[in-house]
Amino acid sequence: MTIDSGTSRVSQEPEAARERPGFDEISILWISEGMSCDGDTVSMTASDQPSIEDVVLGLIPGLPKVNLYNKVLSPSLGGEDYLVPFRAAARGDLGPFILVIEGSVPNQNIIEGDGYWTSFGNDQETGEPLTLNWWIDQLAPRAWAVVAVGTCATYGGIHAMAGNPTGSMGLADYLGWDFRSQGALPIVNVPGCPIQPENFMETLTWVLYHAAGSAPPPPLDHMLRPQWLFGRTVHEGCDRAAYYEQGDFSRDYNSPKCQVKIGCWGPVVNCNVPKRGWMAGIGGCPNVGGICIGCTMPGFPDAFMPFMDEPTGGSLSSVLIRPYGAFIRRMRGITSMAVNKEPRWRHNRDELTSGYDPHWRAGRESGVR
Amino acid sequence: MTATEARAAGRKPAQIVDMSWDPITRIIGNLGIYTKIDFANQEVVDCRSTSSLFRGYSVFMKGKDPRDAGFITSRICGICGDNHTTCSNYAQQMAYGVKPPPLAEHITNLGEAAEYMFDHTIFQDNLVFVDFCEAMVKATNPGVLARAERTQAPRGDVHGYRTVADIMRAFNPFEGEVYKQALKVSRVTREMFCLMEGRHVHPSTLYPGGVGTMPTPSLFTDYLSRLLHVVDFVKKAVAMNDDVFDFFYEALPGYEQVGLRRTLLACWGAWQNPDVVDYRYDTMNTWGKAMYVTPGIIVDGRLRTNNLVDINLGLRILLGSSYYEDWTAEEPFVTHDPLGNPVDIRHPWNQTTLPHPQKRDFDGNYSWVMSPRWYDQESGDHLALDTGGGPLARLWSTALSNIVDTPYIKTTGHSVRITLPKGESLPETTLEWHIPKWSNTIERDRARPYFIAYAAAMAFQFLEEATSLVRAGNTQVFTNFEVPDEAIGCGFHEAVRGVLSHHLVIRDKKIANYHPYPPTPWNASPRDHYGTPGPYEDAVQGQPIFEENGPDDFKGVDIMRTVRSFDPCLPCGVHMYLGNGKTLTTTHTPTYGSQS
Repeated sequence: MTIDSGTSRVSQEPEAARERPGFDEISILWISEGMSCDGDTVSMTASDQPSIEDVVLGLIPGLPKVNLYNKVLSPSLGGEDYLVPFRAAARGDLGPFILVIEGSVPNQNIIEGDGYWTSFGNDQETGEPLTLNWWIDQLAPRAWAVVAVGTCATYGGIHAMAGNPTGSMGLADYLGWDFRSQGALPIVNVPGCPIQPENFMETLTWVLYHAAGSAPPPPLDHMLRPQWLFGRTVHEGCDRAAYYEQGDFSRDYNSPKCQVKIGCWGPVVNCNVPKRGWMAGIGGCPNVGGICIGCTMPGFPDAFMPFMDEPTGGSLSSVLIRPYGAFIRRMRGITSMAVNKEPRWRHNRDELTSGYDPHWRAGRESGVR
Repeated sequence: MTATEARAAGRKPAQIVDMSWDPITRIIGNLGIYTKIDFANQEVVDCRSTSSLFRGYSVFMKGKDPRDAGFITSRICGICGDNHTTCSNYAQQMAYGVKPPPLAEHITNLGEAAEYMFDHTIFQDNLVFVDFCEAMVKATNPGVLARAERTQAPRGDVHGYRTVADIMRAFNPFEGEVYKQALKVSRVTREMFCLMEGRHVHPSTLYPGGVGTMPTPSLFTDYLSRLLHVVDFVKKAVAMNDDVFDFFYEALPGYEQVGLRRTLLACWGAWQNPDVVDYRYDTMNTWGKAMYVTPGIIVDGRLRTNNLVDINLGLRILLGSSYYEDWTAEEPFVTHDPLGNPVDIRHPWNQTTLPHPQKRDFDGNYSWVMSPRWYDQESGDHLALDTGGGPLARLWSTALSNIVDTPYIKTTGHSVRITLPKGESLPETTLEWHIPKWSNTIERDRARPYFIAYAAAMAFQFLEEATSLVRAGNTQVFTNFEVPDEAIGCGFHEAVRGVLSHHLVIRDKKIANYHPYPPTPWNASPRDHYGTPGPYEDAVQGQPIFEENGPDDFKGVDIMRTVRSFDPCLPCGVHMYLGNGKTLTTTHTPTYGSQS
């Protein structure tokens, strides 16, 4: 799974920007009332490239004016005051908006009677809780763009683990993988548990440039992920991959070497964290000693558990690489000794031995005094 | 009865209006607060707290590999997930009988210190303080703002703002100077966190048995240099908060009544001391007391116990208003603890979670939160303990226990002294947090910046200890272990918002039972089957209203300040019927109490 295999019928190749009408102002309706921990909202605030306040304060040239409606950051005291734009959007009375869903979508159909797995505000007529599912049904068809933030909203994630009681799923499982928004966009999936802060803010910024009319739609792969962020594997960007190539593996967590034998799934996981760092280039996963548990993937978490065991397939490839790696390591060891020596002409004797020969100077044999 | 007494004074005929806020903003998760407010007497007479989210961790963790627990339970919370991983690893270490190397303990402590600094900063300055900012005070108490404009800020020499109103302006959302600075500081502190735990908020480098973090000299240099850059910000935050909170007491006499409840505080202890901790249950009392935040349960100002074994045995999970079937007819998993003490069927070790989604009924079941209580053998009460948002209980418990004595933190029995070194613009500073007169909204909020200072101070100590180990060539960070066929474990830790426990039962090398209890279930719990309200409910009920707006444009800022002072962390919300509140009843009963 690399960028070579990452395109399919729903993905779009980047296209040249061309003039088309855009919006001067757009709202972001962010609902984190899915099966969520709010970790993606919190993570988003960690980004400085760009930061959420850069976007909200209009510091980025060429973006529409953004009205952000997010529970965690809202200046509102809450309740009906906070729900005004959401209610307006559900009635069709709000201008263009981007719907952001955080958290998995539970299955309301399996509940008998009037219960609910999660709700967001109440029905103004009956006073009963309004489910997340109701809001998605109202808002998704009216949204100019729909963004799923985090692995829960994209593919179901932890809360859709085997044995879960809520029947949770990702947003595309709920709306359909061929869903298209009012702006003719597929769902934009930004997986990660939580999202890498800059990955999300960069994707959001691209969508906002598109809303302004100055950028094409973001290029997505067949799982609706931004290609430039998720087109390569963890392993392809991991600075411990050289240990792998030399067949040199960590046996426990005390080692700076490749962790593929102690739980790292990096070779088959689409994610850019080791390459990019977690925030501002700092931190990460296997690059700093944290096994990759595949948290950006549709198969997460079940396909990767137990996390601390060697991945299936890890043993075969590591056996195959071992003789090659051992031979190469020895050869490199020899070369390394050679390149760890300085050349002979670096000395403080009374002669120049660098090979410099001023032969055109008459009467000088060699050397400079 | 652990409900706080209602006040009875010369009362007017009640004019009760139903008001609710759903969802509540500037918190983590889904919370709804439903109140009855008596506008004639300017008082909240009833409060119900509901959380509308169920995910079912204890359900889907059954049968999984126990080593996965730290990775899975982190996902319980998107702002304090690392507290869960840490706590889970503590519980697993007990179950596996493994003790991490000392350096791993320091690295975990440094990560958790950065988490406290990050989380309290973003919550206090970007979420809580919007309720105290100029724009909000103008909309709710214009009289108070006018007075703030005329009031000199007593600690202006530290923080640089001339009047109290200038401080309030600095917290206006997205525009105020401190608001914006706090967002940046929350990033620097998260970078510190990521150095130690890989990534935020779900760590990548924490394992049972230790960490995978590479303990190079550079690691500690990178952390230290960032810590030095924020240390003055922390000193200024304490000064600004003290100025604003002191002003509120002065400008609104009686404000100490807002969010006031009986002092029923709980703290499970934070930061292990690697010289003492071995993660064995039978020595838990000893190593629990060696933690750098001392565990404790405080009842009416008195330390009831600081023994983690007592604390553990007193845990009870009650139902009464929650969407679950009772499990007391189920087979218990743990009948006795490793010391031979009997374990109650309502203890988390024996809990079975049986979700039953149903219609919300405020006279019956109305929340997905259960009702954790602590059984007090002395009184026979099931106490609805709260955490005071975390910092209040941590400081109170540590001060009363009077055990912690380090170069940077000294306790006195009635206070905690926190010494922060010289920073870019301010000299070495010793801050002293005194046990307050009340467990109320203002004191919960005031304790938060003091605890940021506490965490920063402890970080200096952990850095020094870790660095000396590395310089001595002692760089082991992980100890190997085997997962046993049958075992139990418990982890006690202080999440940012307060008490956190993880209870684990292993059978056939798989998770047979796993119950995490974070702070918010304690704070946000609904009424239990004894009718005792949860802490939010109890703190809001009976509180006076100081807002200058009447029912038609009422914002409920005093109520929101109280709820946010606990630093809620659950999916929840509050909605208000603004301007068309349904008048429920007009009554002449002299006391309309919450005698539930």
